[in-house]
Amino acid sequence: MGLLRGCGGGSGSRTPVRGSLTKLAYYSTVQHKVARVRSFDHSGKDIDNEPLYEISVQEEITARLHFIKFENTYIETCLDFIKDHLVNTETKVIKATGGGAYKFKDLIEKKLGLKVDKEDVMTCLIKGCNFVLRNIPHEVFAYQKDSDTEFRFQTNHPNIFPYLLVNIGSGVSIVKVESEDKFEWIGGSSIGGGTFWGLGALLTKTKKFDELLQLASKGQHTNVDMLVKDVYGGAYQTLGLSGNLIASSFGKSTTADKEFSKEDMAKSLLHMISNDIGQLACLHAKLHNLDKIYFGGFFIRGHPVTMRTITYSINFFSKGEVQALFLRHEGYLGAIGAFLKGAEQDNPNQYSWGENYAGSSGLMSTSPDVSPLQRTRSGTFDMLEMDRLERPLVNLPLLKDPSTYIPDTVDLTDDAMARKYWLTCFEEALDGVAKRAAASQPDSVDAQERAEKFRQKYWNKLQTLRQQPFAYGTLTVRSLLDTREHCLNEFSFPDPYSKVKQKENGIALKCFQSVIESLDSLDWEERQFALVKGLLAGNVFDWGAKAVSDVLESEPQFGFEEAKSKLQGKGRSLLEGPPHKCALIFADNSGIDIILGVFPFVRELLSRGTEVILACNSGPALNDVTYSESLIVTERIAAMDPVIHSALRDEKLLLVQTGSSSPCLDLSRLDQGLAVLVRERQTDLVVIEGMGRAIHTNYYAVLRCESLKLAVIKNSWLADRLGGKIFSVIFKYEVPCK
Amino acid sequence: MECVQRRKQIFPWFGLDIGGTLVKLVYFEPKDITAEEEEEEVENLKSIRKYLTSNVAYGSTGIRDVHLELRDLTLCGRKGNLHFIRFPTHDMPAFIQMGSEKHFSSLHTTLCATGGGAYKFEQDFRTMGDLELCKLDELDCLIKGVLYIDSVGFNGHSECYYFENPTDAERCQKLPFNLENPYPLLLVNIGSGVSILAVYSKDNYKRVTGTSLGGGTFFGLCCLLTGCSTFEEALEMASHGDSTKVDKLVRDIYGGDYERFGLPGWAVASSFGNMMSKEKRESVSKEDLARATLITITNNIGSIARMCALNENINRVVFVGNFLRINTISMRLLAYALDYWSKGQLKALFLEHEGYFGAVGALLGLLDSA
Repeated sequence: MGLLRGCGGGSGSRTPVRGSLTKLAYYSTVQHKVARVRSFDHSGKDIDNEPLYEISVQEEITARLHFIKFENTYIETCLDFIKDHLVNTETKVIKATGGGAYKFKDLIEKKLGLKVDKEDVMTCLIKGCNFVLRNIPHEVFAYQKDSDTEFRFQTNHPNIFPYLLVNIGSGVSIVKVESEDKFEWIGGSSIGGGTFWGLGALLTKTKKFDELLQLASKGQHTNVDMLVKDVYGGAYQTLGLSGNLIASSFGKSTTADKEFSKEDMAKSLLHMISNDIGQLACLHAKLHNLDKIYFGGFFIRGHPVTMRTITYSINFFSKGEVQALFLRHEGYLGAIGAFLKGAEQDNPNQYSWGENYAGSSGLMSTSPDVSPLQRTRSGTFDMLEMDRLERPLVNLPLLKDPSTYIPDTVDLTDDAMARKYWLTCFEEALDGVAKRAAASQPDSVDAQERAEKFRQKYWNKLQTLRQQPFAYGTLTVRSLLDTREHCLNEFSFPDPYSKVKQKENGIALKCFQSVIESLDSLDWEERQFALVKGLLAGNVFDWGAKAVSDVLESEPQFGFEEAKSKLQGKGRSLLEGPPHKCALIFADNSGIDIILGVFPFVRELLSRGTEVILACNSGPALNDVTYSESLIVTERIAAMDPVIHSALRDEKLLLVQTGSSSPCLDLSRLDQGLAVLVRERQTDLVVIEGMGRAIHTNYYAVLRCESLKLAVIKNSWLADRLGGKIFSVIFKYEVPCK
Repeated sequence: MECVQRRKQIFPWFGLDIGGTLVKLVYFEPKDITAEEEEEEVENLKSIRKYLTSNVAYGSTGIRDVHLELRDLTLCGRKGNLHFIRFPTHDMPAFIQMGSEKHFSSLHTTLCATGGGAYKFEQDFRTMGDLELCKLDELDCLIKGVLYIDSVGFNGHSECYYFENPTDAERCQKLPFNLENPYPLLLVNIGSGVSILAVYSKDNYKRVTGTSLGGGTFFGLCCLLTGCSTFEEALEMASHGDSTKVDKLVRDIYGGDYERFGLPGWAVASSFGNMMSKEKRESVSKEDLARATLITITNNIGSIARMCALNENINRVVFVGNFLRINTISMRLLAYALDYWSKGQLKALFLEHEGYFGAVGALLGLLDSA
């Protein structure tokens, strides 16, 4: 229970109890530290010697959903835990689903003094399924045993309905889900997990489900099954049939005289049941014209063996037309659904949620033989945490095809070389990040200790990902960065760069006017070139990039002019031709980047009559400029510059938040307010700046309007990969074909 | 199957269907042999005819299903009786050996065979028996056989029948069904495995799907679970067992019907589901296990057949194959399940000559080829 922490007044708990594992879902409010910036009142003060704004660390309360599962043996301990966390709540009812809801009803009611509300299993399952499909990126995967990447994660489709859910518990239920509230049981089969287990136990005298699967994975079904080639002899080729197809399951055991090995019988049974389920599922999919089937239930849950046989069966019976899909958090669906049902008054569906990588266990190990320890651990105590986001997230309306949009440029689950490089890269940078985190809170007595805990936690995550790159969905540079941010937050380092950003913003602001003056002195053509160069040069200043932080640490004098000279000039004006109606700019770093790179560019756009939406992160990540910092910075620039001033006043320049706290950018999960504004202002140009947003992500993103992706490659390995040199420039101007 | 003219296909007339478990043999015994023919009939042929028609059992495993014999049949202008004989496929070498000893090859007849074994044993026939097999397509033969036997009827009775009130022991009745206008129909052949065909006309059909959970699975699992050694023994055990001790029913989980999904409490939720528990494993009998195996396999075939019927938009489902031989439990269950789950839209039909249609089709193929 020590794994659970920071649980405030939970508003309710839900316990689905099924089979030998209990899954518990609860809602908690988590207090965590956030860095806030606040503008000083500068009137009558010597602003030259004052910091630009005040940084304070405050406690903020956010909602978090916790899902844990553990063996039923611990049910009493678990109930004690719930009891401790229910003290101050109004909760009188606990929601329970699954067979155990009957089994443990009395115990729960007695121990907690709460009424147990039994919820319908399937309703909960589907509610949970809809929730994860909508809220967890890379929730869905296809399983391909014989490919390099066993787990092939799918991008979230904007429209999740309709789908077929095949739940393989002791029996099989096939449910067609058409909308949030509309689903229909369209069929089922009594041949399911219970048949494998029950019949398997009779045949092999092996009692445990997992052990039966183990047996099966070692067996040869051809000793027990009658194959097509057994019936046809060697001549089956002439019939266009594969000789290895099973003609009759257990067809060779029609004799009392022969002994069959446990392994062989278990394997034959596994094939028989998986094939049968796959066949029925395909017949139902065909009848209802559906091509996606999600499989769940204890038969599937985290068992590569059954995922493999089911996938094979679906491919075989549908001739590849239907895809067998699995869910990372399948084991939690019932718990999530029961929880959501109980929390309907809070309406969790109106929020967006984000998976917290720091607090969630990854997908199970592929092979129990490879890492039995990890498997046992995650099989018996597994958790998922979801943070409630302040505002709902939606697709950028300008995405050409939201259903095929993939934010990430390189799939590190696929690309073993890239994975090795980046994992090492993040490992090597870790000490520095921990040091910086500790240094960012000089007044805190336990900062060192927390920084060490952070270091240990992130290190462990990286080791897990080395073994199981698929643990949290597709492994990408973005997920590595996000996991680091989540781990930092976990140990109360909400914004390690806050002071650095504050200082750099102050310095850059002082240079703003002279930069503007020098730009204004140039003729039109030179100015456009200088503006783009400025954008790129400003972007070199990035503490997140290792190469740059090395230069910055060793050469504090490293200045704007010098950075500019390091760039190979490459610029192409997109500012010729008629002005754009409205430009959406995703900003990157604080300081020089935003103030001396982005703002002069914004100013030029505004002068041309183009409206500008400047989008900054909602929460801190590295030295990226946050929305609240951008408000202060803009206010200060407006005070110096009449163009910015009037644009702000006339709402030609609009500051918005992205809804994200990541150094990368997922255009399918953006703040709803931003999306509304983009649509209202008829945005026809999107500018994406920086390595995280324009190279690690969105390099291949296709938009319905003109776009400019620009960044300086501040990583020599990546530069090599892209065929350039370090500090070379990405300048990708794309015009959609009509 | 009308023969336009009296063909010169020489006797003996056999049709052979060599399946995964059983060999089905049909033999046409001419009853209109003229004195002249009698005179000419070689000794070998006579001895074969006598052997087959005067016995009901051959060796230790061959059996003639006397009750299925079709009498006074006119086939290609000849009058005679059609005999139905079966023996296990593993005795095939002995059968070929016998053919060799009886100098079958000297008769210069063609032996038409279908089923996988026609391929598997082709070489053995050639080397051991000096016989060239004429291999015929399994599904062609099956359909040909079904249509023919149904058209000639069963000694004046209907070949095709159905069950009324299939689950009610008192009121259940086997009633004749007129399959005069049979198309479209779904033909489900349950042998060791199962093949499902959609038949749209005499020569327009397709194999829709199949399943490996068939008669072989029932028998194979029964052997492993109960130590029985014959299909008959397995069925006998099943008839005395109680599958609800082995299977987990909907009511075992939900206490009654699962109304949210309209599932009745008596429906099986998990076949062998109770066997997950050690206590229950120790309290069931072999008979219970045999019954549960039978119910599991039968329900599953019913369920796949029903889905195929829906997908193909066909409402008559004809079940054939030797799995149904002396297996009233399965037939009634199929009849009931199809009716219940389709809300009366689908009808399960059965044919008296269950497993012999492939062999009949092979025989017809022989006569066609002349």
